[in-house]
Amino acid sequence: MKFGVVRFPGSNCDQDAYYVLRDVLNVPVDYIWHADTDVRSYDCIVLPGGFSYGDYLRTGAIARFAPVMDSLRAHAERGKFLIGICNGFQVLCEAHLLPGALVRNVGLKFICRQVHLRVENTGTPWTTDARTERPLRIPIAHGEGCYVADGDTLAELHAGNRILFRYCDSGGHPTPESNPNGSVDNIAGIANASFNVLGMMPHPERASERLLGSDDGRGIFASVIKRIARL
Amino acid sequence: MALVKVYVTLKPTLLDAQGRVVQNALASMGYDTVKQVRVGKYLEMHVDGEGEALRKQVTEMCDKLLANPVIENYRFEVGE
Repeated sequence: MKFGVVRFPGSNCDQDAYYVLRDVLNVPVDYIWHADTDVRSYDCIVLPGGFSYGDYLRTGAIARFAPVMDSLRAHAERGKFLIGICNGFQVLCEAHLLPGALVRNVGLKFICRQVHLRVENTGTPWTTDARTERPLRIPIAHGEGCYVADGDTLAELHAGNRILFRYCDSGGHPTPESNPNGSVDNIAGIANASFNVLGMMPHPERASERLLGSDDGRGIFASVIKRIARL
Repeated sequence: MALVKVYVTLKPTLLDAQGRVVQNALASMGYDTVKQVRVGKYLEMHVDGEGEALRKQVTEMCDKLLANPVIENYRFEVGE
């Protein structure tokens, strides 16, 4: 089993993801440079948070054309696992590996704080080990996390149970008040139709140790590790 | 060499939070005649080429990179 963490110029959560995988979850992990073109040895690849290419033009717009992206697309098409966190989610949407887009938070502010997330589908490779007795507590840190999609896309996401995480209050209710950024239907994370590609704005790698206030994010990595181990 | 001016705007169906704040600021300055503001992007490009081939190329650039068709519309003008 091998994990990879992609580094674009401007990635800044790459070390956090690498640390959690190597030191907290004890799985082999390498960095993957944005100019690399062979990712065939990896079972799961993380597109980390940050400001790839300075977020110029649109978030993720330039990263989408990085040399590594064609091999990531092939990786996803082979059914291997790919998770985009925050800026990684934005990159996956720009690359059309996930539908919809992420635009400026409705309040225009960059928001960095803990949020509650309701796990909407526990049958996916990313969520079998996720805690469900109460909402997950995982931080967000973004200025452009407002998820938008057209009506047909939303209907497809709902019908396929592809919305994995929704912002909610501490009681698990996805209310307008608990929606930090104006995302449609309180959407915080979605998967592709075959569930091997996940994009989410909250940062599970920042919530993988009790010492940091919450280890609720760890279940997301633990789930996919278990799934890979079973293959 | 042609001067290509590209205008990228958020789709009308999307809320433009930035535009709303600008509109509020204008209203607070007394310009309450402003009923809506939408903030977009403007790009100037100096491009070798002309005619239909150039227009086709710029359209491609817009579709692939300069605009995100999921959330944005674009138009462009070709000048000298």
